[in-house]
Amino acid sequence: MNELLHFRTPLRTTPFHPRTAALNRLNRWSPWAGYTTALCYGDTAMEHSAIRNAASLYDLCPMVKYRITGPQAEAFLDRLTVRSVARLAPGAAQYTIWCDDEGRLLDDGTLFRHGPQDFLLTCQERHLPWLLDSAAGYDVAIADVTADVAALALQGPCAAWVLREAGFDVAALAPFRLADFPFDEDRITISRTGFTGDLGYELWMKPWQALPLWDLLMRAGAPRGLRPVGSEALDIARIEAGFLLTNADFVPADQAVREDRVRSPFELGLDWLIDWEKGHFTGRRALLAERDGGTSNWALVGLDVEGNISAAGSLLYLDRRHEAGHVTSACWSPTLKRSIALAQIRRPFDRIDRLWVEIYALRELQYAKLMMRVRPAPRPFFVHPRRRATPPGDW
Amino acid sequence: MTARSVIVIGGGTNGLACAHRLATAGRRVTVLEAAPAMGGGAAAAEFHPGHVAPALAHLVTGLDPRVSAAMALARHGLALSAPLPTTVLAADGAHRTIAAEGGGASGPDAAAWAALHRRLAAHARALAPFRLLPPPRLSRPAPGEALTLARLALGLRRTGREAFRDLLRLLLINVADVAEDELSDDLLRGALAFDATLGSRLGPRSPNSLILYLDRLAAGGTAHWPQGGMASVAQAMTRACAAAGVTLRTGARVRRITVTGDRAAGVELASGEMLAADLVVSAIGPRSTFRSLVGPAPLDAGFFRDAGHIRSRGAAAKLHLALTGMPDFRGADPRARLLVAPSVDAVETAFNPVKYGEVPDRPVMEIVLPSAHEPGHAPEGRHTLSAILQYAPHDPPDREAARARMLAGALAVLEDHAPGLGALVAHAELLMPWDIEDRFGMEGGNWHHGELAVERMLFLRPLPDCARYSTPLPGLWLAGAGSHPGGGITGTPGWNAAARIIETGA
Repeated sequence: MNELLHFRTPLRTTPFHPRTAALNRLNRWSPWAGYTTALCYGDTAMEHSAIRNAASLYDLCPMVKYRITGPQAEAFLDRLTVRSVARLAPGAAQYTIWCDDEGRLLDDGTLFRHGPQDFLLTCQERHLPWLLDSAAGYDVAIADVTADVAALALQGPCAAWVLREAGFDVAALAPFRLADFPFDEDRITISRTGFTGDLGYELWMKPWQALPLWDLLMRAGAPRGLRPVGSEALDIARIEAGFLLTNADFVPADQAVREDRVRSPFELGLDWLIDWEKGHFTGRRALLAERDGGTSNWALVGLDVEGNISAAGSLLYLDRRHEAGHVTSACWSPTLKRSIALAQIRRPFDRIDRLWVEIYALRELQYAKLMMRVRPAPRPFFVHPRRRATPPGDW
Repeated sequence: MTARSVIVIGGGTNGLACAHRLATAGRRVTVLEAAPAMGGGAAAAEFHPGHVAPALAHLVTGLDPRVSAAMALARHGLALSAPLPTTVLAADGAHRTIAAEGGGASGPDAAAWAALHRRLAAHARALAPFRLLPPPRLSRPAPGEALTLARLALGLRRTGREAFRDLLRLLLINVADVAEDELSDDLLRGALAFDATLGSRLGPRSPNSLILYLDRLAAGGTAHWPQGGMASVAQAMTRACAAAGVTLRTGARVRRITVTGDRAAGVELASGEMLAADLVVSAIGPRSTFRSLVGPAPLDAGFFRDAGHIRSRGAAAKLHLALTGMPDFRGADPRARLLVAPSVDAVETAFNPVKYGEVPDRPVMEIVLPSAHEPGHAPEGRHTLSAILQYAPHDPPDREAARARMLAGALAVLEDHAPGLGALVAHAELLMPWDIEDRFGMEGGNWHHGELAVERMLFLRPLPDCARYSTPLPGLWLAGAGSHPGGGITGTPGWNAAARIIETGA
């Protein structure tokens, strides 16, 4: 048997592929962490609208997942990540980040606590070598369970309604909580988490449960306009929510080739996550020195952009002349009817309201150079009370 | 204000040198030594009734003059012999002698040896100041440091263009190439190859092996027998420390370094006793310090990983023989430093098997006969032989079989050079690298507390983040052989560490 045939299938398919492939009318796919995933099923505007006005299903399987178990799992995670894990109760989840020794961001992710000694860490990039290095000296087991856990994001104002119709009573589930629910002679986990800044849930199951669950949800959600959405629609929603995307808004420190590309939590507006009181964690001394010395070079900010052209990839200028930073993510927000952007700005220009963005707008094979005024805008750009309401409202 | 307290872990030469300097600067210092006596590698042990041998190191080379002066070691009883000449043993009795100061050698190659020695000694002189400094920081040196660094660099450059080019060419070369280029006498070539690789895990043909010879010359190069044996080094340093007000505790094994807040706060002994201190200075190996005594929790993950990757494989074994009479090395002076290293290939061939965890058939060795220097090391009429054997595997699959083979090989080599020696052996003790680890706590049995090699010298020793004796954990410092400039009975790392502690006001 020759096992070296992986080159014949450079991209794997997710357990939902039989359904997503049948629905992908435009055949628009893109690679994500070794899997092929839908960019758009047919109409990104309609898909985004489902996220904000109805309910949406998004195939989350390629999300990298590590199961971390053992008597010292909590201590291990408290040293790995910057937030307090000791204060994370079983049945709860938290958004978190972790850094290298120099306090530079390696990745962000969501940490789910299934039990006192049982965690699931999900993130965009692969980090097993770093996790194993960090585990030296800890009684902990770490397994990459990316392919063993299928995941689906059900997001939108009607998400709770769809789940109820499908037989899952999630009314009591508060944001960043998770619970197990019986399904198909087994169980699935549902967490009230997501990447849209809206009411929404993520469903975690075994791969063989994927298609029955998909079918059940699609049937149950049809009356409220549930539809599958691709990465393009999700990206608009996550920019509206002001969330960062790894390798879009920052380069993980272990992947950065250029030494000036690495960023600290202070430089990405993530320092609020740091628990200074919990004891040591990797990067703490470097971050403390950065905090006390005020040595951060960059700031990540939300911007309102004049006009209606996406400013993605554009450079920012102070007084239209001096380069001050660059836009990392941007879109025309259909929800807000505003052009919004996430940008990295060299300090102290983030505090000076004299910034402009130079947009190259492609108009019939010709670029038009636009110099547009930008203004600081609070993140998230889109906020709605339904995101946090418990029990969720009936939309 | 009460004096700030310091705990020094490890009572070897570096721990004692550091403790003395800190005490002199007004600190309240306690040295904790796990063994029943101070001294670490500089100690003596009775391995057979009436026979006392140097426990590990058997000569003093490169004892830091700043240490011996400040500690007034002479006043505290240390008397070093005049520098010992070296005799390179030939199986046919046509030995070569190398003068104590290194320059003059006997035999057909005397002129070439003298020229090579002059050249290498000049390079070593230019490098010597680096040994005495804390490793310079290349990025962002402090103003004073930048000046020192510039002066040293200028000093190197001022040796002239030819000499500077020669140094750059030799800096990373292997010693075998130099020996074969410059010498024709196999015995002198062998001696050069042996002295360059002594205590390392490099063969003469391993890249960068010559820099270790330059380092040896820079440290002083001459070898001395301490009157009263190696224990007298430890005794003199101990007395000096006691006179300076250092509290000395033996049999005090440290189980862990305690951390309070974000700072080393003291130690917990194996007995369970807790000791608090403002500073903790570890003169034991850096890998053991971080991986065993500190543990992962107060350290960053990358640093903790790197600390675990500090290579520390000992490749030397230590042989002690109790002899019923004086062996005859075919007329060689028994008070000389005797080398069995008949050629470059003999040294390289002894190195080869160690790469695969095996034992060489014919180890090369450095022999010292303490009882030839003075009485007190063997009963009247009897003798004690001490030899460093190279190379020994640090972790062979079958340790006892490896020890037996190593001993048989060493005795066969000795018999060839001193016929009849075998019949004189009343008792033999062979310390393999793991025995050295057990007895002296040196990880892997490596007497440098981490292999001394070009990639782990200066600001890379033991790791960039702790090369200047301070560590990422506030309140914890390093002062042992694992730090710049490395092992040997020098006291230099300990002295440098104390200097940095005083200078930074830690």
